[in-house]
Parts: sequence; structure tokens; C-alpha cells
Amino acid sequence: MTTSKRRSFREPSLLTKILLQLAAIGILITVLFPIIWVFSVSLSPLNLIRPDGLNLIPKDATFEAYLQVIDRPTGNPVSFLELAFNSMKIAGGTALASVSLGVLAAYPLSRLAFRGRTFIMLVILGVLMLPAVATLAPLFVTLNGIKLNLPILGAFNLRNSQLGVGIAIVSGSLPFAIWNLKGYLDTIPRELEEAAAVDGASQVRIFRSIVLPLALPAIAVTGFLGFISGWTEFYYSWMFLTQPRDFTLAMALSAMTGTYASAIPWPLVSAFSIMLTLPPAIVYLLSQRFITGGLAVGSVKG
Amino acid sequence: MSIFARVNRRSLTPYMFIAPAMIVMAIVTIYPLIFQFWMSFTNYGLANLRQGAPAPDWVGLENYVKILTSELSIPNYSFLRLFLYNIFWALSNVTIHIILGVAIALLLNHPGLKLKRLYRALYVLPVLIPPIVVATTWRNLFNQDSGAINMLLALVGQVFRIPPETFSIDWLRQVEDPISFIPLPLSYYAMLVANIWLGWPLNAVVATGALQAIPKDLYEAAEIDGAGKWASFKTITLTYLRPAMVPFAIYGFVVTFNLFSLAYFMSSGGPFGRTELLVTQAYRLVNERQLYAVGAAFAVVLFVILLTISLITNRISKATARYDDF
Repeated sequence: MTTSKRRSFREPSLLTKILLQLAAIGILITVLFPIIWVFSVSLSPLNLIRPDGLNLIPKDATFEAYLQVIDRPTGNPVSFLELAFNSMKIAGGTALASVSLGVLAAYPLSRLAFRGRTFIMLVILGVLMLPAVATLAPLFVTLNGIKLNLPILGAFNLRNSQLGVGIAIVSGSLPFAIWNLKGYLDTIPRELEEAAAVDGASQVRIFRSIVLPLALPAIAVTGFLGFISGWTEFYYSWMFLTQPRDFTLAMALSAMTGTYASAIPWPLVSAFSIMLTLPPAIVYLLSQRFITGGLAVGSVKG
Repeated sequence: MSIFARVNRRSLTPYMFIAPAMIVMAIVTIYPLIFQFWMSFTNYGLANLRQGAPAPDWVGLENYVKILTSELSIPNYSFLRLFLYNIFWALSNVTIHIILGVAIALLLNHPGLKLKRLYRALYVLPVLIPPIVVATTWRNLFNQDSGAINMLLALVGQVFRIPPETFSIDWLRQVEDPISFIPLPLSYYAMLVANIWLGWPLNAVVATGALQAIPKDLYEAAEIDGAGKWASFKTITLTYLRPAMVPFAIYGFVVTFNLFSLAYFMSSGGPFGRTELLVTQAYRLVNERQLYAVGAAFAVVLFVILLTISLITNRISKATARYDDF
């Protein structure tokens, strides 16, 4: 083994290369198989009972499952767009609320010294540990006791409303947003802010014109994560909402498969799954570059 | 401390910034948690729900006793079985995720592999799919009559002349355990497969990051010292992987421990509640059984369990945080 110094940097043999490639392709097949299967089933005729085999494009391929999903995916008289609009309202509203409140709270937690800071951090950390399911009972009972009468929306039970679902979601997403944004602010160099403070800028001014622009990538990421979890939120909406016009996408998908349903309309379910997955996946793929490209690098010149 | 921090010590500005979030959190997060704690000592049920209904009675520790001694009057409930299964579910998943994640990261890091970027991009696709869709898809794949897994097995079976009827397996509902001396239902194995598919890609991403941070000359030096491939893997690769993988393993453990979607949407906890997790049981108590007080007590028990787990894992991660101390 006297010539071994160079050995590990030698070109790998052709056989090694072929085996590596085969392994990578084998793994790729297992990753893609379920995804391709869903596409294939979604193209099957609606009255399909049993797929006639493992075909990429099924026999009698058709888009009727998609048309049915767009028109009326469940037994309720609600279209896909109405469901998507409900999910959008809940996801967008909760993401906006938790990110805007979160970034305001994250700033002093990351930058300013004040009484009670450690206590607040501990409380947030403790709350973060709880899964969303853990606050279901008290939120349900409490919100159920509140009847609201608002100018445009009229009278309603807060529990049986999208506003109530939004409030329940924020109870978990706000602590997460604060923690995530605080963690990001901790990594931004303070030189710019200190320079501004020396020049006499107020805290509010520093926050608005220095911290907020620098934190934009983190705000975008936190907002996106909040939106995604709201888009497919299930626990609260399934428990709280009873009127079909309020139903969300995740609720519809769950209703289609029904916990104990024996005859599940798989082509419909598959088409619905794809239409539910695509919007956030596309947004993620498009914004990936912007999010990582907009980091705070280079704002402090040495 | 910079001048910056000291100047503001007595100022009200920090409170101005933090107040909106704290007020909202106090109302929608902290108050429900306190209310939950109170509820857990009562018999709050459906009868106390409507407006003007009488307040629930104080029952002391009754809910807790019933939960821990499996005296709840709901079918297939056993706290000990639930708890042990939940721990085993998380441990078995995370172990496999890490081994696969590291192995595939090593493959992706091998100089002889072409198209690395393509593989890396495609391997993380499962992560982009919402959990409810993942669970529904795997329920479809493991379906007895129309699922792809049985069809795939029948196809492979043809080669060995096994009749296709053999593979009419009811993966998610079969009552008999597939391996007689291991008390786990078939649906556990099906869910394990689904969760491996979902879980290893992120582990591979983390491991790839850690692998790329290893200085190449360490391997050269090890080779000059006469270390074999296995020895340098153990002393260099694993040493550098540890600080990245241990925290991620802990994170993965907590996530898998509370993985609602598969147990709820894929197996529905079946057969006979044997793949139920603590979180899905908590959800069913409140949502299906309307036992609000019992659900509240169950959530408190869950909180104590998670707190204990995080205290233990904190010690583990502190003990293994540094790699420059050998």
C-alpha cells in the first residue's frame, strides 16, 4: 500500500460508477412511484373499481375526475374554487396575523434588554412544545361560548366560523413565528443598527428602516410556512365548522375518504390531492431562489 | 453589552413592540391552556356546552386516574399500550430514517456519481406534499383491492409462479400479526414504509451538508497513517456527522412521536386502535367522543410526557454537541 496516497482521489472504476448510478436510479424510482401512481389513478375513469394494472396512463384515460373535482368534489354543493377560497382566507389571514405580530415581538426579544424577557422566552418555548391537538378542548369550549354580532357578517357563533378557526390556528402559529423570526434576527449583524443609534435614530425608526428590510427573507419564509400549514389545516376546521359553505380543502379530502368508508372514489381523491398539492409546491419552487438569494450578506462592508 | 442595549434598559419601547403579540398570545394561547388545566379536574361534557347550561362538577383527579389506569369507557383503550407503541413507533422510524439518510447522503457525495444535482432535487419531493395527501396516497397504495403494493407484489410473484390471489393482503386492517412473536399489526409495517418514504430525504439533506463540511485532507492523513476505509469512516465521517445528526434525530423523534396524519388518515388507528398514537387518541376523545374534560386531562398528560422527553433529549444533545473534544 505504498502508493495509497493518491488512491482515494483516483477516478472510480467504471463498474463502481455503473453501480452508483443504478443505486441512485433505484432510489429515485421508490421516491417517484407513489407520486406517479396518484397521477395515473387521477386519470382513470370515475366508475373505476379496480385499476387494471400498473400503467402510467390508464386504459380509457380521461380528465373526468378533474372536472368532477372542479365542479363538486364532495356530496356537499361546494366547488373546488369555493373550498380553495376558504382555505386561502384561513391560511392567508393566519399567516399575515402571526408574521406581523411576530416580527414586532421578535425585534425586542432579539435586540433589546428589558425586564421579563427571559420569562417570555420560556413561555414561548414551552408553548412551542405542544402539538396543535393539545389545545383543542379548551379552544372549542371557549370559542363555542362566544356569540358575535358583526356589522357585515351578521350574528354567528365564533366557534362555528372561519374567524374562530383562524383564532385557534394563531394560538399555535404566533409563538412559532416569534421564535423563528427571533432566531433569524439573532444572526443579522448589529453594526448598522448601532451606527443608526449613534446617529440618533429612534427605535421605531431603526426597526422600520433597518431591521424590517433585512428580515424580509425570514418574514417571507415564516409567512410561507404559516400559509402552508393553514392551507392544509385539519384539526380545528374539522372540529369547529359545520356549515358546508365554510368547509376547507383538507376537510373535503378527509370527507371523501371518510374514516371508515369502504368504497372510496380513488380517481376523485387522487385528482383532488394533486390540485391541493400543486399551488403551494409551485410557490415554493418559484420562491426558493428569492428566499435564499435575499439574505443579509453584504450589508456591512468591512 | 453595547451602548445600544444599555441606553434602552429603562425605556418603554420594548414593551410597545412586544405588547400586541403578548396580548394576543395571552388571550388565544395562555388563557386556553390555563382553562384546560381547570377543565381537566371537572366532568365538562356535552351537557355543559350549550349556553346557560350548568357549570361542570369538580371531580378532582378522576380523569387522570381513569386515563392512566385505562378505565375510560371507550373501545380499545389502554394507556400503557398506547404509550409504549408511541415510543416504539418514533424510535423505530427515526433509527431507519437516519441510517438511510446517511447512507444515501454518502452515495450522493461519492465522486463517481453523475447527475448529483438532479437526484438531490428529486429526492426531496416527498417533503413538498402536504401530510394529509401523503397519508391518503399511502392508504390508496396499500388498499387491498385497488392498491399498487398488492399489484406490484403479484407482478413480482408471477416470476416465481406464485398465484396472484396470494397478494390480496389487507394491509391496513388485517387483525393477525404478520410475525407471531412480535406484537405489532401489519398496518404498523405499512405505516413504517410510508413514513420511511417521507422521512429519509430531510435526513439525507442534513447529512449531505455535514459531509461536505469535512476537510478532505483528513481522509488523506488517515490513509497515510494506514487506516482502512472502515476505520476512516468510523473516526472521521461519523465524528463529523454526529453534531449535525443528533439534534436532527431529536427533532425527528418529536415530530414522529406526534405524527398525526398517518395514524389518523392512513390506518385510522386500526386494527382495534393498535396503531393509534397519543395525539390521535387526544383528538378522538374531544372530536368523536365529546369528552372535553377527559380530553383536557389527556392533553396535560401528553404535555408532561413531551416535557420529560425534551428534558431527556436536551441532556443527550448537550452531551454530544461538540466534536472538537476528542
